[in-house]
Amino acid sequence: MKTFSIGGIHPPENKLTADKPIVDLAPPAQVAIPVSQHIGKPAELVVERGTEVKVGTLLAKASGFISAPVHSSVSGKVKKIDTVVDAQGYRRQAVVIAVDGDEWEPGIDTTPDLVQSIPMDATSIVARIAEAGIVGAGGATFPTAVKYSVPEGKHVDTLLINGVECEPYLTADHRLMLENADELIVGTRVLMKAAGVARAWIGIENNKPDAIAHLQERLQTLSAAGEIPEGTLQVLPLEVKYPQGGEKQLIEAATGREVPSGKLPLDVGCVVSNVSTAIAVYHAVQKNRPFIDRIVTVTGKELVARGDGGNFRVRIGTPVSALVEAVGGMPEDTAKVVMGGPMTGKAITSFDVPITKGSGGLIFMRAADARRHAVGNCIRCSRCVGACPMGLEPYLLEKLVQAEMWEDAEREGIMDCIECGSCNFACPSNRPILDWIRLGKGRVGALRRSRAAARAGK
Amino acid sequence: MSTQATGRSLVVALPPHERSEVSVARIMWSVVLALMPTTLVGIWFYGIRAAVVTLTAVGASVVVEHVIVRYFFRRDTTTVTDGSAVVTGMLLAYNVPAGIPLWQLVVGAVVAIGVAKMAFGGIGNNPFNPALVGRAFMLVSFPVDMTTWPVPGSQGFATWNLDAVTAATPLGLVKEAGAGGLSAVADQLPSYGSLFLGNIGGCIGEASALAVVLGGLYLVWKGFVPWVVPLLYLAGLGLVTGIAWAIDPGTYIDPLYHILAGGAMLGAWFMVTDMTTSPMSLTGRMVFAASAGLLAGIIRLFGGYPEGVSYSILIMNALVPVFDRHFKPRKFGYGASAGGAA
Repeated sequence: MKTFSIGGIHPPENKLTADKPIVDLAPPAQVAIPVSQHIGKPAELVVERGTEVKVGTLLAKASGFISAPVHSSVSGKVKKIDTVVDAQGYRRQAVVIAVDGDEWEPGIDTTPDLVQSIPMDATSIVARIAEAGIVGAGGATFPTAVKYSVPEGKHVDTLLINGVECEPYLTADHRLMLENADELIVGTRVLMKAAGVARAWIGIENNKPDAIAHLQERLQTLSAAGEIPEGTLQVLPLEVKYPQGGEKQLIEAATGREVPSGKLPLDVGCVVSNVSTAIAVYHAVQKNRPFIDRIVTVTGKELVARGDGGNFRVRIGTPVSALVEAVGGMPEDTAKVVMGGPMTGKAITSFDVPITKGSGGLIFMRAADARRHAVGNCIRCSRCVGACPMGLEPYLLEKLVQAEMWEDAEREGIMDCIECGSCNFACPSNRPILDWIRLGKGRVGALRRSRAAARAGK
Repeated sequence: MSTQATGRSLVVALPPHERSEVSVARIMWSVVLALMPTTLVGIWFYGIRAAVVTLTAVGASVVVEHVIVRYFFRRDTTTVTDGSAVVTGMLLAYNVPAGIPLWQLVVGAVVAIGVAKMAFGGIGNNPFNPALVGRAFMLVSFPVDMTTWPVPGSQGFATWNLDAVTAATPLGLVKEAGAGGLSAVADQLPSYGSLFLGNIGGCIGEASALAVVLGGLYLVWKGFVPWVVPLLYLAGLGLVTGIAWAIDPGTYIDPLYHILAGGAMLGAWFMVTDMTTSPMSLTGRMVFAASAGLLAGIIRLFGGYPEGVSYSILIMNALVPVFDRHFKPRKFGYGASAGGAA
């Protein structure tokens, strides 16, 4: 079975909610929808206080090539334009909407019927994806349309659908693959058409054998029925290893190709999209439905032990407090609340934080799991070196950053770091290696920009 | 940090929020466990004295570290619970003859922990293997007691004074044979079976290659030792001694004998593999181990001492920064050849 070749770790999987079917969470009384839920420029507001909106109404339009529009996830009235603290801890402009009923824009197909045939051509598909505000739902939130706008001279031959879900605890993609396999398959075919590729693989780690078997069975049935050409779309079972869901790691695991340092998947002929992104694309292209909701895994050891927690379909902009309420309140023993997965997610400080396009999980961590351990000396065990999936030497980068040796850190490849956290995880001395590397990446990035500016100024 | 809507204090920290269960203490106590077969075999052959020697070395190492942390570093905590001083104490004990006067062993522990480890800042900062520094110091300071080898199993279990029956070590015999050739000592040399299972003169930890390998394999299974490292050390040793043997088998003993006799096994599995004093990349560690093995063979054949394991490792320890500079892991995204030797 395939996997990526450099480094990797095996954190405890804790997929506690894998058996819990997706439940629709009713729209809350009020939502706060940030205009910046993606990488790139924030969207530009097109509504104001008092505007009446429906589900799917455009709230803010894309403001440049790398940007994404934002739509209303509820029906009601814009109460105010305010700022809200997001999961990253930044204040963002947001549209606060008082919810009234659940009325949808008339153009949206809200029926559950599966639309198999794909009449649109590649250009219209990409345009539709852009209009619908689709961004990478795996957490990176890069505007999807940009990925599929293949520049002149580049050739893409492989589409990879990321069903790895290598973050511990999270089960949102797992549930989607089980419950929405047909939508996923159509979404993947839409993306294949957009990218102009003849083959696609859905990469799934073999800790989800039910998802692997189910998708394989659906693909067989569909190709037997003549709905899809045989062999073009395949399930690719992968060995369990973190961070296999990292774009570069998944490409290497599946195709053996290494994205060169500083380059994009396009440069090795690949595009990668997440399972939930592919399903959002299905809804956007086949059902004319913009990105207005997503699946959030609400989990935690005590929460699930007391019988709560699960996978919820949540409207974008729903405050975390509504999810906390839906699972019957925060567990007694909660010392840290993480939005996203435990390896890359952010610890939040307020339940006012809204669910955004990239929020895949909400984890209540017990005190025993949240406490910080005393930091010890580096014993040169080299476990961080062995864990790094980019082949870097995290211990060395830590030292170079501490010594403010930015050029040396750059030469040692600090900018190749994907911030997966494997080094921190592996360190037996509890050293905050990645904290130092992040600091260094900021400084080296600034150094590079000032160099580029100096060159441009000449 | 108290928060607005949660009404509860929550920990705010950067990701990742998961930590491996493997701590420094877990690694070190695993090494202690891995040394248990060697400990038991030592006691089997040398009786109560081996147990006392081990306890003395461990006790002295722990006390010295504790005193330095509390009264020289002026810290409120201690570092001895991480088990690394226990490991150093055990390795020191297994690198001396069972009959060693205990006060000399205490001196060795003071040098190992005080000079070789704590003077550099404690665990992780020592450039040289502390136990080997302690042993090297003892060898030059107490040359007679450090080379008086009781014959294993020759005296009762409770016998305190082991000096009544002593003999040269197998490597000593081979070295001393000199002009007479190996045939002169052939009848005194232990069989391969004895070398492997035990029952040969030397340091406590040299009694049985099998016991050492069992412990080493445990560490490989735990993921704390890459199996290739000890094997490359032994291969390096085998290569040098094998060439000499091929050229003149009348004077030089065969490489298998060299690998099984003396401290080669203990060095290969427990000291070349020491994390702190070996390079960081796997390729670096492999070259490091093979070089140390070659060096051990050269010292054994041409040096003044019959044994070369300690010095081979100490000399290579000094070169670790050079290895770290030139042997890098293969970086992702720089082509297949990138990231090798710079």
